[in-house]
Amino acid sequence: MGSEEESAVKEPLDLIRLSLDERIYVKLRHDRELRGKLHAYDQHLNMILGDVEEIVTTTDIDDETYEEIVRTTRRTVPFLFVRGDGVILVSPPLRTA
Amino acid sequence: MLFFSYFKDLVGREVTVELKNDLAIRGTLHSVDQYLNIKLENTRVVDQDKYPHMSNFLVCQLSVRNCFIRGSVVRYVQLPPEGVDVELLHDATRREARGG
Repeated sequence: MGSEEESAVKEPLDLIRLSLDERIYVKLRHDRELRGKLHAYDQHLNMILGDVEEIVTTTDIDDETYEEIVRTTRRTVPFLFVRGDGVILVSPPLRTA
Repeated sequence: MLFFSYFKDLVGREVTVELKNDLAIRGTLHSVDQYLNIKLENTRVVDQDKYPHMSNFLVCQLSVRNCFIRGSVVRYVQLPPEGVDVELLHDATRREARGG
């Protein structure tokens, strides 16, 4: 009982628990990503993140050349609630360069 | 029930609700329920020029603007960073997650 049950990793949500108070990467629907510090979550994957950066990726197609123009839009929010139905995956931050 | 309790503690604070249709509404949190439906008071649309066709229904009257937002249409809620005990959130999360 008690602490042993709490620290055992039995199911996927327990893996997320290991990232509490750590920075995480969240992939959302509609080509959005978040990076922030995980402060709270529940079984729906509703989350509260701190010091969050949101990256929105948009793909436009040039009318003449038909080439894809990929753009990213970033913004930061100090403290954010994220509704779980938009979440695709949660992971430790990716090591980019 | 974790976030329901959290939002109940935030009643009276200013928040910005960003909807799935990209509309952002700033207002005072009046109430919340178990589905995380939200009632806001003194609302105004953030960045009104960007979404004039969507913000028409919330626009321009000097009378008090209140609205009810269905929980399922919310994408984000931007929260006031001050006055939040993150340690309390961490503890509550650990207790909630253990319940499976």
